[in-house]
Amino acid sequence: MAKNHVTASINGQQVDYLCDSTESLLTVLRDQLGMTGTKEGCGTGDCGACSVICDGELICSCLMLGVEATGSKIETIEGVADSDGLHPLQQKFLELAGLQCGICTPGIIVAAKALLARNSDPTEKEVRYWLAGNLCRCTGYDKIIRSVLAAAAQMRGEEIAVAGELTV
Amino acid sequence: MSEMIYSVPASLTEAVQQLAVPGAALLAGGTDLLIQLRGGRPVPPNLVDLKKIPELQLIEIGPDSIRIGAGVTGIQITDHAELTSLMPGFVEGVGLIGSTQVQGRATPIGNLCNGSPAADSVPAMIAADAVCEIIGREGSRELPVGDFLTGPGRHCLKVGEFVVALRFPRPRTNQSDAYLRFIPRTEMDLAVAGAAVNLILKNTDSGPIVADAKVVIGGVAPTALTVDDAAQALIGTSLDDAALLAAGAASTAAARPISDKRGTAQYRKKIVAVLTRRAAQVAFDRAAQQLHGSND
Amino acid sequence: MNSPKSDLPNYKYVGTRSIRPDGVDKVTGRAQFGADVSLPNMVHGQVLRSTIAHGRIRSINIDKAMAVDGVLAIITAADMPDIERRMVPLGEQQADIRDVADNVMARDKVLYHGQPVAAIAATSLAAGAQALELIEVDYEPLPVVIDLDAAQADNATLLHDEQITMTMAGPVENPVPTNVAFYMPLAKGDVAAGFEQADVIVENSFETATVHQGYIEPHATLVDAQIDGRTRVWTSTQGPFLFRTLIAGVLDISVSELQVIPTEIGGGFGGKLSVYLEPLAVVLSRRCSRPVKMVMSREDVLRASGPASASRIWVKIGARYDGTLVAIQAKLEFEAGAFKGSPVVPAVMTMFASYKMEHLLLEGYDVVVNKPKASAYRAPGAPQAAFAGEALLDELALKLNMDPIDLRLKNAVDEGDRAVYGPAFGPIGLKQALQAVKSHSWYDAPLAANQGRGMAVGFWFNVGMQSSASVRINEDGAVTVVTGSVDVGGSRASMALFAAEELGVPPEKIQALVGNTKTIGYCDTTGGSRTTFATGLAVVEASRKAVIELRNRAAMTWELDVEQVSWQNGQAIDLSGSNPPLALAEITAKAGHTGGPVGGDAQINAPHAGPGFGVQLCDVEVDPETGYTKILRYLVVQDVGKAIHPSYVEGQLQGGAVQGIGMSLNEEYLYNADGVLDDPGFLDYRVPVASDVPMIETHLIEVPHPPHPYGVRGVGETPIVPPMAAVTSAISHAIGKRVTQVPMSPPRLLSLIDGD
Repeated sequence: MAKNHVTASINGQQVDYLCDSTESLLTVLRDQLGMTGTKEGCGTGDCGACSVICDGELICSCLMLGVEATGSKIETIEGVADSDGLHPLQQKFLELAGLQCGICTPGIIVAAKALLARNSDPTEKEVRYWLAGNLCRCTGYDKIIRSVLAAAAQMRGEEIAVAGELTV
Repeated sequence: MSEMIYSVPASLTEAVQQLAVPGAALLAGGTDLLIQLRGGRPVPPNLVDLKKIPELQLIEIGPDSIRIGAGVTGIQITDHAELTSLMPGFVEGVGLIGSTQVQGRATPIGNLCNGSPAADSVPAMIAADAVCEIIGREGSRELPVGDFLTGPGRHCLKVGEFVVALRFPRPRTNQSDAYLRFIPRTEMDLAVAGAAVNLILKNTDSGPIVADAKVVIGGVAPTALTVDDAAQALIGTSLDDAALLAAGAASTAAARPISDKRGTAQYRKKIVAVLTRRAAQVAFDRAAQQLHGSND
Repeated sequence: MNSPKSDLPNYKYVGTRSIRPDGVDKVTGRAQFGADVSLPNMVHGQVLRSTIAHGRIRSINIDKAMAVDGVLAIITAADMPDIERRMVPLGEQQADIRDVADNVMARDKVLYHGQPVAAIAATSLAAGAQALELIEVDYEPLPVVIDLDAAQADNATLLHDEQITMTMAGPVENPVPTNVAFYMPLAKGDVAAGFEQADVIVENSFETATVHQGYIEPHATLVDAQIDGRTRVWTSTQGPFLFRTLIAGVLDISVSELQVIPTEIGGGFGGKLSVYLEPLAVVLSRRCSRPVKMVMSREDVLRASGPASASRIWVKIGARYDGTLVAIQAKLEFEAGAFKGSPVVPAVMTMFASYKMEHLLLEGYDVVVNKPKASAYRAPGAPQAAFAGEALLDELALKLNMDPIDLRLKNAVDEGDRAVYGPAFGPIGLKQALQAVKSHSWYDAPLAANQGRGMAVGFWFNVGMQSSASVRINEDGAVTVVTGSVDVGGSRASMALFAAEELGVPPEKIQALVGNTKTIGYCDTTGGSRTTFATGLAVVEASRKAVIELRNRAAMTWELDVEQVSWQNGQAIDLSGSNPPLALAEITAKAGHTGGPVGGDAQINAPHAGPGFGVQLCDVEVDPETGYTKILRYLVVQDVGKAIHPSYVEGQLQGGAVQGIGMSLNEEYLYNADGVLDDPGFLDYRVPVASDVPMIETHLIEVPHPPHPYGVRGVGETPIVPPMAAVTSAISHAIGKRVTQVPMSPPRLLSLIDGD
C-alpha cells in the first residue's frame, strides 16, 4: 500500500519522509530518520523515554503517528544542544550526576526543557509532578530534580549551591 | 499490519463524509487509540484525524454556557485560567489524565468516548450537567454526558456519528466543583475510584448551606454513576460531619465495583465514600469562597 | 556524625566530582544503547511465546508462517543443540546451562507464560508479526504451579520430572522428585538451647511479592553471524564475557567464535545477567546469512525476563532483656521461577550477617514454580531476608522497650567478629553508620498523627573476581583507559579518576572506554558491586605499570638508573636534582625513540572484597482512610570504604533506596490462576515516579577497606537491602500494627488498619 509522504520540521530543519499510516512518530524518528536519541522504554506512554516536543507541547512520540506530524514542528534531544555548546540542562545533568545509565536522560532533558519554557522558576514539587511521566530506575530522582532546579536557576541568571549541598 | 487510510478533514462536513466508511475510526489525541492498536485492536480501514478542523479546537466561554471542542487537549484546558476558576473540579479531572506528555495530546472528549469506567474527566462533566453535541450523516443531536455511556468502552454513538463538543451550563457565582480520585502512586495510574461533587450554595444567617448538589462517582461501576442519595444528603446542610458521612455512605451503597488488579471491590466501596466526603468539602469551600467574594 | 580518620590520604583527583567520560554522549542522545545499533542489510527477529503457563509441546507447525512474504527463517528448539547439563558461573551465582537453553527456547515443555517456543527472522517487523500468528503450537496443558504452597503441596504437579532436592554436599537423603530444588541450612551453636536462655522471644512470618528489576531499556541485540563462523553480537548486557560463555554454552560452540560487543546499557540491576534473545539471534542470523536485530517489548520484558523471587520467611528471635540476641531460627522459602536457582543461598547468608550470635539455624528452600526464571536483582535475596529479619528486630525492640538502633548497636558486628557465614570481618563501619543515624537531626524529631519512623540495617558481601584493564598513553600525553566492565551507572568516571590519580593527569585528559570480548582481557560481570573495587584495582595496577614504564623512559633520556627517577604530579623527577622534571607529554612525544608506545595492562583476580553495611531511616505518613503511604523523609547512611566519585556513590544509595521503596509500597507481579501476568506494563507494574518520593538524603561513612589501595568497597547493592524493613517498620509504628507483607499497597494497608 502507498505510504504517506510527510513533511515536517525536525529540530528546525525541513524533513521529508514516507511512512505507513500505522507507524508511530517514535518509529519514524528512530528507524527511518536514524534519530535514535529518542528511546522506547514501553511503547504505551507510561515511561516518557520517547518524549519530544511537538508544536510546543511535550508529548510521547510513541503515542503520535508519524503521519500526524505533517506540518508540525518537532523538537528532539538531538536539537537541544547547538553549535555553541550544551544546553544548561545538559550541563547541569553532567555536573550534578543527574544520570546513571542514561536511557531515560534524553526524555527527561526534553521534558525539563518544555517545563522551563513554561515556568522559569519551578518548585521542587512542580518539577517532580511535571516529570512524573518520565521513569528513571537508577537515580531515585534526587539528582535529576537538583539538576533541573540548578539549570533553571542558571537560566534565570542565579547562582545555586553545589552538588550535595542544595536544599530545596 | 493491515492497511489504514489516514485522512485529515478540514471541515465537519468532510469529517462526516470520511467517517461514513464502515469501520472508520476517529483520531483526536490518539493516546488511547495508539495503545489499543499496539495491543492488538483491529486496524481500522480509515482513520479520520479531527485535529485540523478549526472549530473543534476552541474553548468558548459565553454568558450562559461553556463549550469545549473535540480537539481541545488537556493542557489547553489546564492552562485556561478562566475555565479553571469557573470549573476547577472539571479542570482538575482533565489534568489527572495521564502524564504531562499525555496531557499534551489527549482530549477530554476522547477520554469520554474511550469509555473507561475510570476516566478521570467524566464524573465532573456529568456533575456539571455537560451535554454532548453530536454530529452525523443524519444531522446533529444532543445528549447529556450522563446518558452517553452505556458500559465499559460503549456509548450511544451511531455509526458515522461523533462528538463535536461538550457544552456546560456556565456555573453560577455561588457554584463550584471538585474531583478527587484515588491512585496507589501520586501520578501515572488509572483511578481506582473517583468522585466529583458539584455544589450550589446559598447564604443563610448561619452561613452558607448547600442549595443544590450533584455527586458522581467513577471507577466503581461499568460507567460513572450519579448518586442522588449522596446529593440529597448534602442539600440543605452546611456540610456537617453527619451530612458528609451520609453522602459517603450513599456513594458506597451505590457503588457496584469489581475486584481487579487496581483494587478489590471492598476497597473501592470504602474509598469512594472517603473521596465523596473530601470532594464535597473541597467543592463547598470553593463555592463558599466565591459566595464570600461576591458579597464583598 | 562521622569523623574521617585523619590518616586518610589526601588525593588530588580521587574523591572529586569530575564529569563522566561518556556524559556528553548521554545528554545529547548520541550514546548507542541496545536497540540503537543497526547494520546494513539487517533483518528483524521476533519471538513466539507460550500462551500457557505449563504444558507439553505436542507439535509446532511453521508451514503457513514460512509462506508469508518476507519471512526468511523460523527456528524452534529442534534447531538448537540438545546440550548436556553443566553448571557455569553466572556473575555472583551460577546456572545450569541446560536450564539456560530451555529458558531461551522451550524444548518439550513450556514452564511459564511467555517462554519462547519459536523465533522468526523477517525483512520487516510487520511481516514477522503476521507470520508469528500463523505458527501453530499444539500444547497439552498441565496444572499450573503458581506459588510456594502449590509447589510444595502433597502430590504437587512437578515442573521437572527428574528434579530432586540438592544441597551443597549433594542430594538430600532418600531423594524423591520434587519442586524443591535446593535446601540450604546454615547452623551455628544449638538453637534450641539458645531459645531456653532467652528472656523474650518474638516470631512472625513475612511475605514478599515477585518484583521486576524494572530497567527502562528493554533487552535488545544485534547479531551478525559470518559464513566462516565468526559471529559478532551487540547486546545490552552487564557482562559481555558472561554472555559469550552463555551463548557458546547454549549453542555448543567455542567462546572464541564470538565477539560480544556491549552497547550502552539502559539499566540492569542484575536482570541483564541472563541471555534471552542472543542465542536465538545467532541461529537466525546463521540461517538467513544476514544481520538480525531483536528487541523485546516492555510486555516481553515483564512477562519473560528476570523477575526477582517472591519469598515467604518465618523467623523467630530470642533475646535477653538487655537486648543481647541469643538465638535465631528462620525458614526461608524462595520462588526460583521455572528453573532452579533462586537467590535463597545469599538470602540465608546475609540475613543476620550484621549481628553477633551464638545460636542460629537458618534453612533455605529453592522452589520452582510456573513463573519466569528469577534473575539476579541487586543484592539478590538480601532484601527479602532483611525485610523479615530487620522487621522482627524492630518488633523485638518494641517488646524490649529499647531504641531500635541501641538494639542493633548492642549486637552489631565489628572488626574481628566472625560473620555467621564464616569469615572474620576487617575494618567495617556498621557501628559508625548506626551512630550517624542515631545522631541525625531528625532521628528524634517529633511525629504528627498517622506518622511513623522506621530504620533498618542492610548488608551485602560485595565481590571481587576477574578484571582486565589497559592504560594507553597517547603521544600528546592524554590517556585512554579500556576495561571489560560495562558501565551501568557512571563507573567510567571512577576508572578515569583512578588513572588520573596514579598518573598525575587531570581526569578530563583521560578517556575511559568499555572494550569488547576481543579488544580487552576477560572481565567478570558488572554485578556484585565489584566494578569500582576489582576493575578499579586493575586500572590502578595497569596505571602503575605505565608509571614504571614512564620512569624507565625518563631514566633512559637522562641516562640514569630508574631508581633515581620518581613520578610525581604527572612528571618524572630526577631525584639527584640534575635534570628539570619531564612532563608526561614530553616523554610520550619521544616514545617512538625510547622504546615504543607507553602503557600498562593488568589482568587480575581481585580477592578480599570489602563487605558493605548500611543503615536507612524513613518517616512516613499514612492516610488511615485510604491506606495510602507517603514517604516524608528518607536517609541513607552507608560505609562506602572510599567514595571515588561521591556523586555516583550517592546516586547508588539514592537509587537503591527508591527501588526498595517501590518494593515496599506498590511493585508486584499479579498473576491470575492460569499463571498469566495481569500487569505486564508500567501502568500497573508501579515503579516509583518522581512525585512519589522526597529527596533522598545520603551520608557517606568512609572506613577504608585495606586490601584495596584506595580503600574501596562495593556500594551499589547494599542500599536496596534495608528499605522494605525501614518503610514497613515506619508504617507499623504509624498504624500500631506490624506489617508482614510487601508491597504494602493501599488496599492491603487499609485492610490491615481496618482489621478486615
